Amino acid sequence: MTLVSHYDDLAEETGPAISPLKPGDDPDKIAVASQWQLIRARFFANKVAVVAGIIVLLFYFVGLFAEFLAPTIPSKAQPRFTYAPPQSLAFFVEDAEGNRRFQLHVKGYAMSVDPESLRRSFTIDPDKIVPVGFFVKGEPYKMWGVFEMERRLLGAINKRDPMNLLGTDSLGRDLLSRVIYGTRVSMSIGLIGVASSLIIGTVLGALSGFYGGWVDLSVQRLIEIISAMPTIPLWLGLAAAIPITWSPLKVYFVITLIVSLLAWTGLAREVRGRFFALKGEDFVTAATLDGSSQRRVIFRHILPSLTSHILAVVTLAIPTMIVAETALSFLGIGLKAPVVSWGVLLQDAQNIRTVATAPWLLIWPCLAVVVSVLSFNFLGDGLRDAADPYGH
Amino acid sequence: MFGYVLKRIVLMIPTMIGISFIAFFIIQLPPGDYLTSVIASMSDSGQDMHPDEVRRIRALYGLDEPMIVQYFKWITGILLRGDFGYSFEWGRPVSELIWDRMGATLAVSMASLLFVWIVSLPIGVYSAVRRHSIGDHVFTLFGFLGLAIPNFILALTLMYVGYKYMGQSVGGLYSPEFVGAPASLAKFWDLLKHLWIPVVVIGTSGTASLIRILRANLTDELSKPYVITARAKGLPEHQVIMRYPLRIALNPFVSAIGWVLPQLISGVTITAIVLNLPTAGPLLLRALVAQDMYLAGSFILLMGILTLIGMLISDLLLAALDPRIRFT
Repeated sequence: MTLVSHYDDLAEETGPAISPLKPGDDPDKIAVASQWQLIRARFFANKVAVVAGIIVLLFYFVGLFAEFLAPTIPSKAQPRFTYAPPQSLAFFVEDAEGNRRFQLHVKGYAMSVDPESLRRSFTIDPDKIVPVGFFVKGEPYKMWGVFEMERRLLGAINKRDPMNLLGTDSLGRDLLSRVIYGTRVSMSIGLIGVASSLIIGTVLGALSGFYGGWVDLSVQRLIEIISAMPTIPLWLGLAAAIPITWSPLKVYFVITLIVSLLAWTGLAREVRGRFFALKGEDFVTAATLDGSSQRRVIFRHILPSLTSHILAVVTLAIPTMIVAETALSFLGIGLKAPVVSWGVLLQDAQNIRTVATAPWLLIWPCLAVVVSVLSFNFLGDGLRDAADPYGH
Repeated sequence: MFGYVLKRIVLMIPTMIGISFIAFFIIQLPPGDYLTSVIASMSDSGQDMHPDEVRRIRALYGLDEPMIVQYFKWITGILLRGDFGYSFEWGRPVSELIWDRMGATLAVSMASLLFVWIVSLPIGVYSAVRRHSIGDHVFTLFGFLGLAIPNFILALTLMYVGYKYMGQSVGGLYSPEFVGAPASLAKFWDLLKHLWIPVVVIGTSGTASLIRILRANLTDELSKPYVITARAKGLPEHQVIMRYPLRIALNPFVSAIGWVLPQLISGVTITAIVLNLPTAGPLLLRALVAQDMYLAGSFILLMGILTLIGMLISDLLLAALDPRIRFT
């Protein structure tokens, strides 16, 4: 009997009950795999989390290249097409003889005026064809505020033709472009907010868990006070104090800060709990006996072994922040026009009459919020399950 | 038990003080003090305040003194005289404005809590007993959606659906003809017809999380030896589940008062703004936008205190139900 087959037999009988690798895989690999390899293997086994992760990446991709992906600038009003319904992309046109020819296009609008209220309403006119192309020249813009560009991913070939794949709002602004630009603001608020609550949460949680005693007691009290406050009234109270005269950028950062001020408690709890658990581990004692300073023990030895847990908690905190920003902006005390975020877009859908005329103003921003929040939740759940590969 | 109750109440005091600090901090946030805004609004309407009157109010609220003294005057005013300050937007003392609204907030929150309990109990038990059945997967999916969809989006969507497909007026708590009408059965029925939307909207995320918790707890309990013993004794299946495991798994229902209540009050605030309910939410938002800070701060203070009391009640109930808690 060779050594290898002996090893195989052993794995058959006493292998781990739930193995991150599939039964056919080589058990030698598990034995020598690093923690991160195990985490990765376990994460990728969870298909839902992987798909959610891809969707999250797509959202960030859209946010990163918003200028290029959006068909036009979000502030460009088209007074001729207010509350125009969404057009759908079609691929073939038929000419008079009935020959089908490939031509990417959307249908144009027909306008009718209500004789009583004199309100204009638009319907899709199947006879008007607006040719559409990729990489067409549209409104000039500055990519990332630096490079002058004109080409856009998708647009009407004739610049003056209307192309509004998701419809327009009360000023005739293209909703698709606004949702795409909103993605940048809404998604980045989650990221920046989480970064700042990560710092607060890790530092306080680590202090609390490492030192214990009165440090722990006072941090615990602070967390208790903050989590006892109903979040929305508190957010409202803090956000309402932002002076109207501030620049949009400043408001953006303050809102991010407010949102993260209340979100760090969960992270601090998690870090504290892990610190308590790890404090007594042999490798920490060994490091202390080796003469490592406390700072070195915390940052070099304990925190790195928490990284996967922190990552999971952080991913689960991002959707809360996205929702918080959306809610605040929706109520009119968060971000304000000309900044475009999903919450600012939903502000237009606040009254029932608008929603009844133009339901797309409610549907698309809502869909963006819900899909991104769901994806973050699934991704975070998957990360949390994978975070501790030695558990279970 | 008495010692435990006392300990819990004493521990609550620092948290309460912390919450009152936060509320006072929010009152102080906007630039200028309360009196400058009163004087500004009065001179806008052509009245000028007598300097003596200005001096009297300054002394009453201690506006020239350091912040900690002002805080002290504010909090003793509330504790000793029930004086929450003065709302300059409404021209009335805050205490006249808040109690109705806080009562409505409490009522809607309680209705939502009941909804959460009633809905999540059967679904949670079903999901735990029939794990991985189609029904379980459907409920899990709904649960995820319920957790992911923010309250106000759900409210907007239901409003749109109610308007478009049911032709129902969805704002407010009563139809116009019942507002101010004396209490009657018809009025109560009308209230129920309006209340279901906010209750569903506010309760959904709490229901979703409670179902998940109940499912996990009951699953853990069901695999314990005493359940096998009960089955081996020949108890009918429904008794096997109802007798012991369910009772133990029900603890989160009681502790839910503690952590669902802040969520519910948060939810009531924003949902009420969307649906225009006569609860604290719309008034709070209006006060904040108008920088009517004593009114806004009082609401925030009371909402915080309300959740604290909820947490206290849930802790005491838990201790009464589960001796393991009060003896540690």
